[in-house]
Amino acid sequence: MTTTASHPPEDLGPRPQTGGLGIANVSKVYDPEGRAVVALDDFSLDVEAGDFVAIVGPSGCGKSTLLNILAGFDTPTSGEVLLDGVPLAGPDLAPRPGPDRVVVFQQGALFPWMTVLGNVTYGLLKQGGVSRREAEARAITLLAESGKLDRIADAYPAQLSSGMQRRVEIIRALINDPRVLLLDEPFRAMDTVNKSTMHRHLLELYSRNRKTIVFITHDLEEALFLADRVIVMTTRPGTLKMDIAVNLPRPRKREMMASDAYLALREKAVFAVSEEAKRAFERGEREMA
Amino acid sequence: MPTDAAIPVRTTSLLPNRRTWLAALGFAGFILAWYAAVHWSPFAAFNRLPDPFEVVVEWTSSDPYYGISIFTADYYTHIFYSTYRALAAFGLAVLLGVPLGIFMGWKQGVRAYTGSLLSLLRPVPPLAWVPIAILVFPGVEPAVIFVTFLVAFFATTMNTLVGVRAIPQDYYRAAACLGASNRDVLFDVVIPGAMPSIFTGLQIAMGAAWFSLVAGEMIAAQYGLGFLIWESYSLIQYPTIVIGMATLGLVGYLSSAAVRLVGRRLMAWHEQRLGMAG
Amino acid sequence: MKDATVATTSPALPRPRRARRLDWRGTSSVVGFFLAWQLAVNFSLPGFTDIPTPWEVLVTFVRDFLFSANYWSSWLVSFQRVFLGFFLAQIIGIPLGLFFGTHATFRALVLPVFEMMRPIPPLAWVPLSILFWPTTEASIVFITFIGAFFIITINVFEGVRSIRPEHVWLARSLGAGTLRIFRRIMIPAVVPSIAVGMTLGIAVTWNVVIAAEMIASDSGLGRLTWEGYVSSTPTIVIVGMISIGLAGYLSTMIVDWIESRMMPWKQ
Repeated sequence: MTTTASHPPEDLGPRPQTGGLGIANVSKVYDPEGRAVVALDDFSLDVEAGDFVAIVGPSGCGKSTLLNILAGFDTPTSGEVLLDGVPLAGPDLAPRPGPDRVVVFQQGALFPWMTVLGNVTYGLLKQGGVSRREAEARAITLLAESGKLDRIADAYPAQLSSGMQRRVEIIRALINDPRVLLLDEPFRAMDTVNKSTMHRHLLELYSRNRKTIVFITHDLEEALFLADRVIVMTTRPGTLKMDIAVNLPRPRKREMMASDAYLALREKAVFAVSEEAKRAFERGEREMA
Repeated sequence: MPTDAAIPVRTTSLLPNRRTWLAALGFAGFILAWYAAVHWSPFAAFNRLPDPFEVVVEWTSSDPYYGISIFTADYYTHIFYSTYRALAAFGLAVLLGVPLGIFMGWKQGVRAYTGSLLSLLRPVPPLAWVPIAILVFPGVEPAVIFVTFLVAFFATTMNTLVGVRAIPQDYYRAAACLGASNRDVLFDVVIPGAMPSIFTGLQIAMGAAWFSLVAGEMIAAQYGLGFLIWESYSLIQYPTIVIGMATLGLVGYLSSAAVRLVGRRLMAWHEQRLGMAG
Repeated sequence: MKDATVATTSPALPRPRRARRLDWRGTSSVVGFFLAWQLAVNFSLPGFTDIPTPWEVLVTFVRDFLFSANYWSSWLVSFQRVFLGFFLAQIIGIPLGLFFGTHATFRALVLPVFEMMRPIPPLAWVPLSILFWPTTEASIVFITFIGAFFIITINVFEGVRSIRPEHVWLARSLGAGTLRIFRRIMIPAVVPSIAVGMTLGIAVTWNVVIAAEMIASDSGLGRLTWEGYVSSTPTIVIVGMISIGLAGYLSTMIVDWIESRMMPWKQ
């Protein structure tokens, strides 16, 4: 059930040249203990370059599996993923993660043994072609633009608050100019206030430098607030249940969350997700019995 | 020294000044108890032992009765032999154990081959290897170093392995996303990530090395602190026994502290547990 | 919506080879080890000229040891020493560790002396122990005790230190008395540390017993091994080593079993 949704008013600037994702009939089957477990079943989705897509669904619906396949940490059992028309993942392709699709992880994966600067410049230095001084200069600039984070460039991640850590991690990803930015429930463990700040922050980065973003979350409101499209997945085996076009104007504001348009969208999404959650619960009960 | 994080079953927290006084008191009590046990207790067993003052006098005398004091060359010869053996064994154990531990922890394939073999050999108390080592190696010296090495090696390998396996998978993935090659992952993720465990292992290995070395020396060596202790016992030079023991304790402590210090310098990031935990 | 747990649309999976019970790679390295041993003797590599082959060891074992009462009594003797010393170390070490953790004054008085004695290797105590204790047996058990004692005490102490004061304050504010706090908060927090102390302690204890027996006793597996050495019978030495290894392995299993009873919630 795929739809290419219509897009909100273009106050974002032009679409980037690269970053179009084509997910075609992707399935992933695991075989622990000899019983086939279908994590993803015939999932298809087309993402235009520059779209902000959120993926929601109940626990165990395969969101993380999908992200792993997109990121190149895992191969699909069948189907394929194309990035700007070039096959990226498929049953015969070796998994190949890379700086064209950088991930921001749920638990945070800043290297604790490197300073903020070390972390942020890591990708640039590993890919080569940039001198250390140049990489550091770029890093400092980006950090400074994101709320004066250049002040903590020499700190270690353990010294930072979780909000700062997340921001640094996002910058670490973006500095590599990836075609797609993948975020795996990045703000999950945060309290409401911190989360709001992060949302604002992310949207700011998005408007300044438009990229394809795939954002996994279980928080519906977060998804609707941030994204252009919200994809609701079914419970296991995961496939696309609903593709909600979020036609709210950008820049998004907190006040929008009281608008009728938003509330209608939310109702639609909540209904879809709770239907799946209920199904997951019942299946869980059956499996336990 | 442990800090003052007492469980407030009684609510006492002590000022550092007070703690120093109490420590001194504790030592004084210990010395007193020792002296009393030697001179005033009815047990013949105790009466034979040297009292604390005898030991100190002997240890610091320029012409010691039994020939070993801080002013005699022999004393330092023994220390030198023991230290050299311990360091040689330890160094070898680090050189072999850390890389092996890293590869075992990192690559499932390596683990599959070596795991069973190590599990087979590990329960054999290293000191049980002493007789065989003496038979196989061309001399007592290499045999003692070998057994000491074994102990340190197992401790190092195991701790390194555990340290590597404890690295969360996300770090590997993040590195891969950012364009790291296999070699990069080894130096940028595996090694730094396992460092804290490696250093814990090294401290344990250092302690284990001394433990094993002393046994080896007592059983079968010439020179060395373990040998000194045993010889003093056979020659009925009791204060020297205690001198040997105390020296061992001191040297052992210093070597562990040295390892710990090096670890702290290399892992500045690990110490930074301050900050606003979000 | 599909709710199947069996793949209906995906193509046939390449069936993964189920892991067989036997671990080929591990077994091959163990076999390789014995093979290397055999060949080293066969080719008279330096150092291996007097060493028996694995087969010779096995034959000698079955012939001379398996049915010898002397051999099995060595086992018993060594085991006795290990567990006696170990047990004593627990009895004295656990309360001491608890005291260290809870009474700041006691800790300030006694811990420095404790820490001063800790780096002294247990075997360095052998001569003093022999001098002091009336029987050889007691002196060996004492050394064994020393070996395990420091480890257990420190581990228990660390366990107590790791209890968060907030938990204790909370319990107090809810009216719990000291005994209750002890039972409900301290014991559960300390049990894992005791377990760790036991696991570490048993390994050290075996080492200590073997060495102590080699140096200063007339019975036990360590003595057996040593006698093989002194009488230039490498076969006996190897039989001794393997026996010690097995005994150590057995003790570890026993300790693991005890731990699993102590902490049923752990896998």
